Amino acid sequence: MSEPILSTHALSGGYGDFQALFGVDMHIDPGEVIALIGANGAGKSTFLKSVFGMLPVAKQMVRFDGADVGGTPAHKMVRQGLAMVPEGRRLFAGMSVEDNMRVAIDNARLPEDQGQWTRDRLFDLFPILGEKRREMVENLSGGQQQMVAISRALLCQPRVLLCDEISLGLAPKVIREIYAVVPEISAAGTAIVLVEQDVSLAKSASNRLYCMLEGRITLSGASGEISRDEIATAYFGGSHAVA
Amino acid sequence: MQWLDAIIQGVLLGGMYAQYALGMALMFGVMRIVNIAHGDVMILLSLIAVTLAGVVPVGNLGLILLVVPIAVALGWVLQKFILNKVVGADPLPSLIATFGLSIALQNLMLEIWSADTRSLPSSGIASESFNIGPIYVGLLPVIVLICAFCITAGLDGVLRFTRFGRGLRAAAADTEAAAMAGVNPKKIYATATAIAVGILGLAAVFAALRATVSPADGPAQLIYAFEAVIIGGMGSIWGAFVGAMVLGVAQAVGLRIDPGLGILFGHLVFLAVLAGRPQGLMARK
Ligand SMILES: Nc1ncnc2c1ncn2[C@@H]1O[C@H](COP(=O)(O)OP(=O)(O)O)[C@@H](O)[C@H]1O
Ligand SMILES: [Mg+2]
Repeated sequence: MSEPILSTHALSGGYGDFQALFGVDMHIDPGEVIALIGANGAGKSTFLKSVFGMLPVAKQMVRFDGADVGGTPAHKMVRQGLAMVPEGRRLFAGMSVEDNMRVAIDNARLPEDQGQWTRDRLFDLFPILGEKRREMVENLSGGQQQMVAISRALLCQPRVLLCDEISLGLAPKVIREIYAVVPEISAAGTAIVLVEQDVSLAKSASNRLYCMLEGRITLSGASGEISRDEIATAYFGGSHAVA
Repeated sequence: MQWLDAIIQGVLLGGMYAQYALGMALMFGVMRIVNIAHGDVMILLSLIAVTLAGVVPVGNLGLILLVVPIAVALGWVLQKFILNKVVGADPLPSLIATFGLSIALQNLMLEIWSADTRSLPSSGIASESFNIGPIYVGLLPVIVLICAFCITAGLDGVLRFTRFGRGLRAAAADTEAAAMAGVNPKKIYATATAIAVGILGLAAVFAALRATVSPADGPAQLIYAFEAVIIGGMGSIWGAFVGAMVLGVAQAVGLRIDPGLGILFGHLVFLAVLAGRPQGLMARK
């Protein structure tokens, strides 16, 4: 049994005086897909930002590839092998699709020709991006923008990919299209953390699942074995089931 | 012929303004940092150039080679120790910090150099001139214009096609998202400001060769740079160049109409552009 590629240990943190996370323990193995679900405001995005070095946390709270890395700035985490598809996509406006991608290539863990992901492979995966490679990203549809955001993260050649609500605001057909690439990403050995509000989507796409409520993990287990009732309790609180 | 002369002199003056404006185009236009001390930093570099010229006999080119590295270092320090502390979506902190810096610099310069106007001795190349038909053209202003053109083309190319340029545009669009894509925003901003002030170092030597400088001149240079960037359009490097030309020509033409009207005419054209095309002449969309 190898060590998890990424784990958190009693991770606590938040924004200044406001504490949003209370002792979160989580781990993910190479090639694994885990889902992190929870209601709006539960602390999912805060968790991802804390892992990625965008919010202050103690060094030993985050372990990546066997080293304590908590609080390491995001741009250095990218070199280690972490990448994120942020909530709301956060593309570089005023830049073309390809230039958005090239920013990631410029700063990736590995050069494009040595990594798993190349522009050509992503244009095969998302053909519309190939057609629109010279288009300014602000002129793309929401789904196309999400594809750019995912491509940008993958071109960092990550070993762990953090995805924050990539289905948000998209049509069901587009969501299916985007989730169809998840198995291909993990098949390459990349571990994926899927933050989702859509519970059934999260269950079906992941190996394991964590449920967060008010900054605490209230449920975790294999995605196939957790019942809807257990999730409902963990998601909305009430009897405070703790797994 | 009088008007043709005015336009030519205006374009040449615009070359000088373009040199003031390019650093501003990078910092204000692209990075959205409002540097109120822009003009004062340039005057400081001019005065350093004048003092250096009195100490080391290196000639004008040598002086540029001395002053530009000083300017680059100054820009890097400025970003690293002052501006990186105040950058963010809100332009107000950088405005206040550099406003303080502007006043501090003016007082410091007054202390060191007194209020006297100074200039570099215009010897050799700087004093030569030639005629195009009946129009008299100084060699120095032509060199200034050619340098401005080359720096504009170079800077525009760097922003479009290099790793640094993409990283800077990304950081300016969304600093946090840029960091998530592996860009170190503070380092890239420090480099960008070093480049911006480095260009100002070149402008500073030319300014002291072309005319006189004194510690209180900074705010006027700030306004010219600011106006050129706004006339051309935020974020456009060539826009700043064109904006500087428009400003230079407006001033030169105004001067022909009435000797007291030159500077005012430049401001009026700026206001007219602001009213008619607030996004600037070269802005996208
Ligand atoms: N930038 C911020 N400053 C202060 N509080 C914040 C900030 N962002 C989120 N919060 C608070 O932190 C808590 C967790 O938010 P978040 O992590 O965004 O939740 P989720 O992603 O699960 O919807 C909420 O109470 C939210 O109001
Ligand atoms: Mg969120």
